[in-house]
Amino acid sequence: MRTKRIKAIKFGLLSPKEIRKMSAAKVITADTYGEDGFPIETGLVNQRLGVIDPGLRCKTCGGRMGECPGHFGHIELAAPVIHVGYAKLIHKILSATCRRCGRLLLSEPAKQEYLAKIEEQKEKQADINEVVKQVFKEASKNEVCMYCGDYFSIDSEGLEEDLDKSSVSSELRERIEDRGFSVSKNAILHREIDPERLFRWGDVPGRDNKQLIEFLVRDFELTWVKKAKISKKDDNTVVISAGAKTLELSLSSRRDCVRLNFEGGRSYELPVKKEGMALFVYSYRWVITDTDKVYILKRGWDKLLIYCGERQKRIKYEKPTTYKEIEEDGRERRLMPTDVRERLERIPDEDVEVLGMDPANARPEWMVLTVLPVPPVTARPSITLESGQRSEDDLTHKLVDIIRINQRFMENRDAGAPQLIIEDLWELLQYHVSTYFDNEIQGIPPARHRSGRPLKTMAQRLKGKEGRFRGSLSGKRVNFSARTVISPDPDIGIDEVGVPVDVAKELTITVNVTERNLEAMRELVRNGKNHPGANYAIRPDGRRLKLMESNYETLASELDIGWKVERHLIDGDIVLFNRQPSLHRLSIMAHYVRVMPGRTFRLNPAVCPPYNADYDGDEMNLHVLQTEEARAEAKILMEVQRNIISPRFGRPIVGGIHDYITGLFMLTWGDKRFSKEEALDILRNIDFDELGEPAGIGEDGQPYWTGKQIFSVILPEGLNQEFRGKVCRKCTEQGLICRKEDCPNEAYVHIKNGRLISGVIDEMAIGSFKGMIIDRIYRKLGDSTAKEFISKASRLAINYILLAGFSFGISDEDIPEEGKEQIRDEVIKEAEEKVKRLIMAYEAEELEALPGRTLEETLELLIMQELGRARDEAGEIAGRYLGIENPGVLMARSGARGSILNLTQMAACVGQQSVRGERIMRGYHGRTLPHFKPGDRSADARGFVRSSFKDGLSPTEYFFHAMGGREALVDTAVRTSQSGYFQRRLINALQDLEVKYDGTVRETRDTVVQFMYGEDGVDPAKSVGGKSVDIDEILREEIGVV
Amino acid sequence: MAEERERVIKELISSGIERAIAEEIARDFTVSELSVSREELLAAGIVDRYADDILCMLGIELAGEVKPCDIEAQVNATPLPDKLKSELKSKLRVVRRLLTRDKLNTILKRVIGEYEAARVDPREAVGIVAAQSIGEPGTQMTLRTFHYAGVGAIYITLGLPRIIEIVDARKKPSTPAMKVRLQPEYASDRRKAEMLAMEIEETHIKDVCRVESSADDMCILVSLNNRELEKRGITRAAVEDRIKSLDMPVDMDEDKIKIYTKNKSYHELLRLEERISNMLVKGIEGIRRAIVRKGSEGEYMIYTEGSALKKVAKIEGVDFSRTTTNNIAEIAEVLGIEAARNAIIDEMISTLEEQGLDVDVRHVTLIADAMTVDGEVKQIGRHGLAGEKTSVLSRAAFEVTVDNLLEAAIHGEVDELRGVTENVIVGQPIRLGTGAVELVARSHMMQ
Repeated sequence: MRTKRIKAIKFGLLSPKEIRKMSAAKVITADTYGEDGFPIETGLVNQRLGVIDPGLRCKTCGGRMGECPGHFGHIELAAPVIHVGYAKLIHKILSATCRRCGRLLLSEPAKQEYLAKIEEQKEKQADINEVVKQVFKEASKNEVCMYCGDYFSIDSEGLEEDLDKSSVSSELRERIEDRGFSVSKNAILHREIDPERLFRWGDVPGRDNKQLIEFLVRDFELTWVKKAKISKKDDNTVVISAGAKTLELSLSSRRDCVRLNFEGGRSYELPVKKEGMALFVYSYRWVITDTDKVYILKRGWDKLLIYCGERQKRIKYEKPTTYKEIEEDGRERRLMPTDVRERLERIPDEDVEVLGMDPANARPEWMVLTVLPVPPVTARPSITLESGQRSEDDLTHKLVDIIRINQRFMENRDAGAPQLIIEDLWELLQYHVSTYFDNEIQGIPPARHRSGRPLKTMAQRLKGKEGRFRGSLSGKRVNFSARTVISPDPDIGIDEVGVPVDVAKELTITVNVTERNLEAMRELVRNGKNHPGANYAIRPDGRRLKLMESNYETLASELDIGWKVERHLIDGDIVLFNRQPSLHRLSIMAHYVRVMPGRTFRLNPAVCPPYNADYDGDEMNLHVLQTEEARAEAKILMEVQRNIISPRFGRPIVGGIHDYITGLFMLTWGDKRFSKEEALDILRNIDFDELGEPAGIGEDGQPYWTGKQIFSVILPEGLNQEFRGKVCRKCTEQGLICRKEDCPNEAYVHIKNGRLISGVIDEMAIGSFKGMIIDRIYRKLGDSTAKEFISKASRLAINYILLAGFSFGISDEDIPEEGKEQIRDEVIKEAEEKVKRLIMAYEAEELEALPGRTLEETLELLIMQELGRARDEAGEIAGRYLGIENPGVLMARSGARGSILNLTQMAACVGQQSVRGERIMRGYHGRTLPHFKPGDRSADARGFVRSSFKDGLSPTEYFFHAMGGREALVDTAVRTSQSGYFQRRLINALQDLEVKYDGTVRETRDTVVQFMYGEDGVDPAKSVGGKSVDIDEILREEIGVV
Repeated sequence: MAEERERVIKELISSGIERAIAEEIARDFTVSELSVSREELLAAGIVDRYADDILCMLGIELAGEVKPCDIEAQVNATPLPDKLKSELKSKLRVVRRLLTRDKLNTILKRVIGEYEAARVDPREAVGIVAAQSIGEPGTQMTLRTFHYAGVGAIYITLGLPRIIEIVDARKKPSTPAMKVRLQPEYASDRRKAEMLAMEIEETHIKDVCRVESSADDMCILVSLNNRELEKRGITRAAVEDRIKSLDMPVDMDEDKIKIYTKNKSYHELLRLEERISNMLVKGIEGIRRAIVRKGSEGEYMIYTEGSALKKVAKIEGVDFSRTTTNNIAEIAEVLGIEAARNAIIDEMISTLEEQGLDVDVRHVTLIADAMTVDGEVKQIGRHGLAGEKTSVLSRAAFEVTVDNLLEAAIHGEVDELRGVTENVIVGQPIRLGTGAVELVARSHMMQ
């Protein structure tokens, strides 16, 4: 099926014309249902606006509920109102355009320049806001309109002195008035530098010649300079000459002005401004500011060139929707929306473009509403309460308010009500329309529902996490999904998921009945609600028939090719399995269904790490794929086995945890011997070919197999590997020689052709995140073999641990009295003594401060160090007494769970508690608790817990421990929210990056972000722990050395 | 002579000998002199493994063996990335004597094969993978700041806050710090390094003098602490000069300097006291602390609290080419955008590593490149990358929904639905990965 694709979406403002055109009904009644219970003809749930009641038909399109998408209506507003969302922009536009002619207050060349810049930005698909901001800034600086004024000139003879005054002299006024313009008595005169610069001093002679000549011709009518030669006499003098005529330009010694020396001794001064290193030459102008006009006077040869333009007034914007024009005398005059609209209408299309707007789709005056579109009822459905009463949507409520005030406004105006009342109503109408768009505008109270709850209007519907965009468009609720608690099952494969029968019966897959599956489908229909059955049968005409015990047989016989059957989930179906938070792509993987009894989803513990799941009540989601394409994609891309390697670091993320590691560790550790029966028992539900020759004959005369041999059974043939396990003591780093296969700790794992020769299997070998063996099998023998291996290893581990038994109890934390004494009386006492000495040294001011630290900080650091060492020592002693056979030590050493530190805290000493990385300082003045003397800096008083968890904490210790614990708790809570937002931002910024066929990484604009992905074009998920090729490996295999 | 040497060096390098070694050999031999026996070469102190290479280069056949120049030439001819090539070369060179021509060929073929197999697929959504790879371990990072490099050193923001800070492209990090490397003569001498540190660390008048205000005669009393002055290598004159620059009436005494207020108001007096206390007498402003530490290579370097890259560059004895700061904006300003990109990568990786998190560099480079493509460091978020997206819908779905829509209408923007979110919103397949390609069945293959 070929589907249509939306190519693009264009945004714009609705014009009143368009609103009326798309309207299916004019709404004039401020009510919904009449007394008869039927919708009012001209009301807000007008049947022409769409249907929400089953059984009714739309009066516009004739569609039924579900078919008719709904139709817009409109309200004719009695008076224009400002669109709140654009109130600020309207203010900016008003300030930037002429109050009389509506033109943008920028010169034509400037407009062209900005327009070009905007075009350029658009070309680059970049943001135009920066340019537009500049336009507004520059335009609103202009106090005079240059488009609706007049040019004229007056004789300047004898006016030289008049121009230095600050008021307009009568002589000057007379001359201006002679030309038919009036200047009031209050007008003020001042000289200023013309903001338009003439030329750059260094560029004449040069590329600024033209500007200079233009200026001389314009202001001094020196037409001869057009053909003149411009030359430089020295650094400070430029000479313009043509024949006998010359003009000299000289820069003053202070470099603040340029003097034009005309022939015959006349001269004229031009101001110079220094900008950076460059000198720019300007000219002066005089400005007469009158109440409504501004005269700009420029010096001509014998004349004053005058421009008289409309004087602009500053416009004040008062939140949320009021504009005021400030008069000369400081009085304010309110601009009603009608005035605003008229002004906006006057702005010509060309100028609108310079403001960054698109006049075809967004004329500025459309920001002042005269007609209001009424959204279809389908967008604001009413709900029928249990009592049979209808409860309307918030938007409908708001629209009712608008219409009510609108009608009242009209009535009052028609009746000739006083201006004051009209204005109040206008204000009220504005309020309702404003809150209809956004009910969280600053400065106005939100419109409320009868119950006092603020209404959710337009903006609130769109905004935020639960809003339209994030809540219902980017993410949606789905069908064909299930959620329940997860529990472990080591006997299913890592790519399987155990699905409760109840769930399998509810979730369905639609199957087309063909000649090949007809019989099978009939069987399913016959089974009906009983598990491998079906819930619905769909006839070729599309009618869905529900399977019920009464119709099983009839439908089964009726079933034929061309029907469809919605069958239950069965073993082998592919489904998506997910655990939130879905932080990476491995949080959703495809599993194969195993229908089983019970009420939980069953999951192999080896896949817990990618989901970050555990079984303490975690719930997970399951989605059933509905199309063949989806299933194919899931199989190829999302299967667990395809995702054993994490793309984050290029190593396996699926692997053994906890008991898996313990089990295999115990199995392969030391020289364990098993009789044939035992060996086969351990390998019971594991698929294998042969056990192999026994390792020897035991004392009892029976052949025996070693644990390593049993483990070797599940290793694939042809596997060769050597590495150091987690138990490795890093001999080489200490300058000792690694004894490899003869390692006393069995740390050197050597696998030769699928046989474990030496070493013990621990976290490094099969654990998640490390998993050297898994990694190797995955790369050498493929993902299915790796998957098989992990599945088998989990069974093997559990089988053995069941046989051998493994537990960790409170008594496993016991250390003999002598050990305790050693810890208590030697290590800790000694440390406390040392701390005391340090404090004494500090108090005696004998302590030497560490570089860059205060004495107090130094003391704290030394104490912390000392106490930290004491705890470690205590732990070491405890470790010695516990011994390697201790299950806790075993778990820590093998990497199954916990660390030596955890054991130390349980058995020996909990150690220093800290808040904000320091010893505990807070509490009372000078002390942490009333149990201590003020100023006590000793270990005890500052949160050192000398007891172990097993022994129990003293009350003060307990309290300090709780302080540290609280901090950790708060930390986690803060961190989750922070990192969640951090990831959302990252995803949002990078989601569109993609590798193209040429190996470059580009974003939606096709801008190249990287010329080659990761600089070598290698996929981390296919790399060897980040390296593209393991050269050592190849060399080892090819020539046998490293 | 020098010419001759250059020629020898060049030839040696072209046959796959490292530059440092080549230079050493060239000191002892000329090309003509090089036609000597293996023993002679060894006697001249040339490392065993290079002796063969040199003979080889001179055309003395080592029967059946692969010559270093062969490795060089053959590896260079492969389509591998440079980094991999040089790794391969150096590793092959070590085992050269065990190689045969055929072996070399198979090895190269395998390397190329494995490299090709590891290439990314076109249309792969690498951006999302990168974002997930950095974001996912975010929950595992600590929130607190810790010290750096052991006891007594400088506090630096680490963990998640630091990563967020980098990605936010803040103008100034919460804990700016520099790692100042020194020129060899300073780097090997602790005393000299410490002198330099003193030169850098800011010293205020209050650090070397006692500053008091005296309400009796309305003046500020500055009493010099000679021990501190000496310790910090500051002369009395320097302090006096600084105080004189205030342009206030001053009275210099043996060990006291009196500064009088002009207007004799208490308010002014207190302000003046504050001002004098905080006057800088020595060091670079903003460097609150400078500590000398021994680096991993045994050289002394200076760690500072506070950052002023440009100013440190001008100090004699500082090896500016190896000096860094953790202030990325500063690096962008002083050294340019490429340096800033590398700084982002280095900072992110070291922060992640410090937290014990394993993240592939490729993800980090992608983020750094995305942040710096436009020639300036851009934030990941509303005011940077996410806010400058072309798509209206994508921006609206991220943050500030309503404003984005209103603005889009005004500008008459067109959303061409090229990104991910946009297409999800309108309910279309996304144009990434498998969503970007279409499947067409050939009718004749259907049977």
